[in-house]
Amino acid sequence: MTAVIATNQTILVVGGGISGITAALEAAECGKQVVLIEKNPSLGGRVSQLYKYFPKLCFPTCGLEINLRRIKANRNIHLLTQAEVEQVSGVPGDLSVTIRLRPRYVTEACTACGDCAKAVIAEFDDEFNYGRKRRKGAYLPFNLAYPQRYVMDARMIGTDDAKAAQAACKANAIDLDMQEEVITLKVGAVIWATGWKPYDAAKIQPYGYDRFQNVITSVEFERMLDPFGPTNGQIRRPSDGAVPKNVAFIQCAGSRDRNHLQHCSRVCCMATLKQTTYVREQLGDAARSSVYYIDIRAIDRIDDFHRRVKEDANVTFIKSKVASITKDGATGDVFLHGNDLEKPGVGSDMRYKNRHDLVVLAVGMEPSVSAAWLPTNPHGFLEGNPSTGIFGAGVSSEALDVNRAVQNATAAALRAIQVVNRVAGVEG
Amino acid sequence: MSNPNQTIPGQYRGNFLREVEANVEEGEWVKMCMQCGVCAGSCPLGPYWDYPPQQIFMMIRAGKREEVLSSTSMWMCTSCYNCMVRCPRELPITHIMHGLATYAKRIGKAPQTPITPRFAQKFWDNLTVTGRVNELKLGLALYFINGIGEGIQTAMKMQDIGLGMLKTKRMSPFEILGGHGIKDKAGFRAMLKKAEEIELAKIAKNQVAGV
Repeated sequence: MTAVIATNQTILVVGGGISGITAALEAAECGKQVVLIEKNPSLGGRVSQLYKYFPKLCFPTCGLEINLRRIKANRNIHLLTQAEVEQVSGVPGDLSVTIRLRPRYVTEACTACGDCAKAVIAEFDDEFNYGRKRRKGAYLPFNLAYPQRYVMDARMIGTDDAKAAQAACKANAIDLDMQEEVITLKVGAVIWATGWKPYDAAKIQPYGYDRFQNVITSVEFERMLDPFGPTNGQIRRPSDGAVPKNVAFIQCAGSRDRNHLQHCSRVCCMATLKQTTYVREQLGDAARSSVYYIDIRAIDRIDDFHRRVKEDANVTFIKSKVASITKDGATGDVFLHGNDLEKPGVGSDMRYKNRHDLVVLAVGMEPSVSAAWLPTNPHGFLEGNPSTGIFGAGVSSEALDVNRAVQNATAAALRAIQVVNRVAGVEG
Repeated sequence: MSNPNQTIPGQYRGNFLREVEANVEEGEWVKMCMQCGVCAGSCPLGPYWDYPPQQIFMMIRAGKREEVLSSTSMWMCTSCYNCMVRCPRELPITHIMHGLATYAKRIGKAPQTPITPRFAQKFWDNLTVTGRVNELKLGLALYFINGIGEGIQTAMKMQDIGLGMLKTKRMSPFEILGGHGIKDKAGFRAMLKKAEEIELAKIAKNQVAGV
């Protein structure tokens, strides 16, 4: 099924998030042959799961759509979804890459009409909404998904449900006999842009993410604002669906902590500041936001944003790393315990026990660099080493916001271009 | 020996952080604190401290020698280790608190209230006689720590518990005559003497270095 022509002048980009898309486009628009592979059924990555970007508060769907159009228009990019690298061997300019392709069970004939989803009964946790919503076994990952083709959940194969989906497909696009494949590509350079995953909040034991329904993560809060998300775009607390009046944001949840992620994830402060504007925008004066922080790291230009949020009388900043969270059984509210370091006086003056009805943990970015054979630094980020011919791009190489990830990916594309230019003999 | 509180600060040119680093167990960690306050918020006795741990660390860096050493704060520590397991920089906070308390006591700065420093001394004196804690004597020493009047009052208040312990053989009245102990008392004393020598040598070395 998969005929991919690649030579040692081809650049392989691993990961179809904003960094991988950028690196692939920059290289392809310079005339290089690019194979772009993505683990999930669609491009877009974490950026597609955001409601708004900081600091301009525009919608990521906009920039993503432009990039997808650039990909569609470019003949130099060959896209493989549901693909993962197994092994890379060789030297820069002559690399051999083994790739495992998982079957989609839906061919390119798919028109994305959605009849298969209607025919299917089985439902699964929706990964795109971090399991906060259910989706059908035959599904489009999200509205802007690219390729715009449905996917059959592999757990459904062999059931009557799968056959019902196949029967419902007017385009005859469902092939239940598709098999997993392992292919080997010859490439000149590899750009590794596998990005990040939100740190597992359940590991921060005192915060009780796994025990208290109204303690959620920042990425889940982001999904809540999506009109197609778990609450249809409404800010609601999970326990009873009530509108929260007193939201707490806890910074450095899993970052800057030797018990968890040692690095500063860099985006969480700005993400929280941004999320306080969601609360302000949707709930107005009916809700307050409290930000518990060690120090706000709104770097360089975006400090303006920080100052603007500070002017909002409904947003309170409390300099304190929250020590623990306990539950108020009757109401579903929670209490945050800690010491407010800016309160003058002795220990008892600083101590607080604050009631909140929704807590958002600003979780850190954990690099998704899992392959043991990749060189990583002690924090798990990819360690750049030109002698391998593998170049890190975006958050797989360090914690970055979207803006910096795009810059970083462009730089990685240039390094990869230099390798294939050497192979072609046009650069010394 | 002259008054250490006059000579020591001079050795460190008034730099209290360096004094702590040189003399307090695990004191070299104090500079690593990033002032997040999770230790203070996690302490079960936090509301009773004058200065929570992260404030003590900042005061050390700010050179507040008198306030820190004469503070009751580190004497409030119950060694529950909540702060230590939560500290994002893995500072051995519990150990630093004990180190500060030990140092304050050594140079005569430990406060008279709460009774913790005095009780700690009584515990030590009790333990070193036979190598085992004599609970009867230690209990009585605690009752009478603030004088005979309060001692009798406390003893009266606790008599039911005391009699209960006697009845269930949790406490022997004969302990008052000297009590049980370890077999090799001479070896035990030699060990303590050696430990003291090592400790004194360490202190002397610090004083010579005077960094």
